[in-house]
Amino acid sequence: MPPAMSDPWSDALRVAHLAAADPHGCGGILVRAGAGPVRDAWLAVLRGLIGEDTPVRRMPAGIADDRLIGGLDLAATLRTGRPVAQRGLLAETDGGFLVVPMAERLPPGTAARLAAALDSGVVLVERDGLQQRLPARFGLILLDEGIDDEAAPAVLAERLAFRVDLTDVALRDAKNAASAERRGRCVEPHHVGMDDDSVAALCEAAAALGVLSLRGPLLAARVARIAAALDGRNAVAEADAIEAARLVLAPRATRIPASDAPPEQPTDLDETGTEPESPAEAAAPESSPDAEEGGPPSLDEQVIAAARAAIPPGLLALLSGGGPRLRAPKAGRVGASAAASRSGRPIGARPGDPRHGRLNLIETLRAAAPWQRIRGAAPGRVIVRPEDVRITRFRQRTETTTIFAVDASGSAALERLAEAKGAVELLLAEAYTRRDRVALVAFRGQGADVILPPTRSLVRAKRGLAALPGGGGTPLAGGIEAATNLALGVRRGGGTPVVVLLTDGRANVARSGEGGRARALEDALGAARAFRALGVRAILIDTAPRPQEPARRLAAAMEARYLALPHADSGAMSAAVRAVIDRGPA
Amino acid sequence: MTTFPFSAIVGQDEMRRALLIAAVDPSVGGVLVFGDRGTGKSTAIRGLAALLPKMKAVAGCPYSCDPGQPAESCPHCAKGGPRKSGLVPVPVVDLPLGATEDRVVGALDLERALAHGEKAFEPGLLARANRGFLYIDEVNLLDDHLVDLLLDVAASGVNTVEREGLSVRHPARFVLVGSGNPEEGELRPQLLDRFGLAVEVTTPTDLPTRIDVVRRRDAFERDPDGFCRGYERADRALQKQLTAARARLPGMDVPDATLEAAARLCLALGTDGLRGELTLMRTARALAAFEGADIVAIDHLKRIAPSALRHRLRRNPLDEAGSTARVTRAVEQVFSQ
Repeated sequence: MPPAMSDPWSDALRVAHLAAADPHGCGGILVRAGAGPVRDAWLAVLRGLIGEDTPVRRMPAGIADDRLIGGLDLAATLRTGRPVAQRGLLAETDGGFLVVPMAERLPPGTAARLAAALDSGVVLVERDGLQQRLPARFGLILLDEGIDDEAAPAVLAERLAFRVDLTDVALRDAKNAASAERRGRCVEPHHVGMDDDSVAALCEAAAALGVLSLRGPLLAARVARIAAALDGRNAVAEADAIEAARLVLAPRATRIPASDAPPEQPTDLDETGTEPESPAEAAAPESSPDAEEGGPPSLDEQVIAAARAAIPPGLLALLSGGGPRLRAPKAGRVGASAAASRSGRPIGARPGDPRHGRLNLIETLRAAAPWQRIRGAAPGRVIVRPEDVRITRFRQRTETTTIFAVDASGSAALERLAEAKGAVELLLAEAYTRRDRVALVAFRGQGADVILPPTRSLVRAKRGLAALPGGGGTPLAGGIEAATNLALGVRRGGGTPVVVLLTDGRANVARSGEGGRARALEDALGAARAFRALGVRAILIDTAPRPQEPARRLAAAMEARYLALPHADSGAMSAAVRAVIDRGPA
Repeated sequence: MTTFPFSAIVGQDEMRRALLIAAVDPSVGGVLVFGDRGTGKSTAIRGLAALLPKMKAVAGCPYSCDPGQPAESCPHCAKGGPRKSGLVPVPVVDLPLGATEDRVVGALDLERALAHGEKAFEPGLLARANRGFLYIDEVNLLDDHLVDLLLDVAASGVNTVEREGLSVRHPARFVLVGSGNPEEGELRPQLLDRFGLAVEVTTPTDLPTRIDVVRRRDAFERDPDGFCRGYERADRALQKQLTAARARLPGMDVPDATLEAAARLCLALGTDGLRGELTLMRTARALAAFEGADIVAIDHLKRIAPSALRHRLRRNPLDEAGSTARVTRAVEQVFSQ
């Protein structure tokens, strides 16, 4: 039987035990927690659980490929006069854990490189004239400090068996259990047998919890075997499967399974047709499933019940509240971090003066190499002449990011939100064919949300738009500010922002979140003036049924082009937006 | 490292068929596999590599030229004279995201240059992939400057290197296989066009299939060799079928009716240029050859049309139905007449 309701700290300790037994097999652990003593204590426990000689390496933010994957060891190459390879962090971590701080900021390219190594257990080095295939059988510890919708890249999170949330663990609890002792495993996990029923039970539990990707049940099966191996058994027992479902599947749940026995026909997994029950009912910890009547529960039921009991409480609120769509499975800020990494993408080298660019040592060496004999270099010495010097070229492409700020308030929502959405879709299509990036901000009720950070993925943009709820007040100032911040971020990343604001201009929520029309309008105009100071190009599309004075004033304050939706057919609108985008740098 | 057998892959028929077609006729121009995470995209490609029958190659040629007809642009085989040859596995080369330009196209051999002062060309990944497959996982995250290099080589089949005082041209004719997840970003349209076939993979949603996938994967992890032995026979049969299909391919008859149907289908869909039509024909022919048919029938055309055409439609980003549905619709309309 699973423990009735286990606390997050003891779960985290158990996860550390299981992961330490087979770092690569379980993929690793996603740790959601702020930096602090609790997280440190947990990491110390994990460190104590693995052998002294097992590497645990920390990956610095913004690591470049030469350190991550490996490449030419310049110092040694220059010293010896022949190419010497240097191992990268991935190969150095073979057999241990790679700790990734601030995983929510990980650029998609780095995440993809880590994912490839996780999948294959090797790192392919095809760099600087070197070609190597090095073992890299590590597990990942993703330290996710994300706030709100920030999350570690889904491409990695999905490959890790475990998710641990330490946000609510008190330091007092964390200290108590710090003396975890290391247990050697007596059985190799891949020697542990697993019967078909357990596999089927895990698959059914995954289906009941709405875990779509097959990596969920696959990892759960591995964890069940690790659990058995840790216990010194060579076959998976019921308890192992139940624990695997609780620790691996429950945190991935996208819906709550019905509390009754497994569904009659556990068929499709699509999102329709699920009826999340009331949170109170589902959250009630069930120490044992309906076991009393009608004989012992089947393994399927036990596994699902265990997983249900372990579903994090936040998830219940999200699922039953009909609130924002669950965004966890999607890479949170992929767009934004992609922009950051783009500012300095090296794209090769050219001859030049290192005072006007960054010296590219390897290419310099390569340029000098053929002439060494002619120049009469002694063995082990390299003579470099000024004409050999190469500097790195960086891509300086400026990319337009169109930021849509959509008024989704009640006044706009009732009649106009659908039309505004239609307008944004048209503009999205426009942006797509131009291969611009798009971002989406919506404001309603108390404030503004970034629905979609800058992205080039049309799929995500459309999804974000479709899921946009309407209703509530009009926090216009908040909306303009959110768009301003986003525009600033885009500019910092080397791109060119353009803001398209869709509103009826009837602000009624002030910056403080309080109601009041006059105050709200004043705040909005203030935000508009601050926006103008940036010099970002903008267009305001008035969504009111009849063109309104406030919207016009706002456009003037933002120095934005004004366009009334009632008169704007799709063609006129996209032409207007294009005119603003094409106007050249403001 | 043991690879998961190709014939043990559950479902994903479209992806498997596309890969096999590319193996029958490499001139169809590559396969793009786009879709959900954890659907075994990489597994399928590695499985295919293990399945391919060995090929004859000139011994010592860094571009593994065919001894029967070495590539004109091969610097190694151009010298002429008697050549030794041997059987080698078909190269399936990984292009990792972190690769540098010099390793992709080839560059000055640093070791020989530094140690002996020799100017020698060290072939890169494109050279190694000649006559085989070049696989790029997460192809939509590949750096733009590498994509530019690939675009030219994939179109011409020749890699031209002009750097560090080297001037080399060598054959680089390969089947480009890319995989990725559209949520991470779209693919450059020019690169999209280089792929002959585009398949969409989705996670299976019915429980028995899902259980089967997990069960097989679990069995493979526990005892890779034993598991592979169980599928050895199926893999070998598939390999034989491939060899037979290749032999049959040159003699395949394409009736006028099929040609006309292909033209009508492309017209109905408004695909740009002749490329769509050509790929449709070639892939249908390879499919027919693989299935042991004597002629390329309309049915082959119908079945391969979604993979061959879905990425060639003029994109209407607002069409929720997606390009697959549009192709299916067009197929129904054109062939119901």
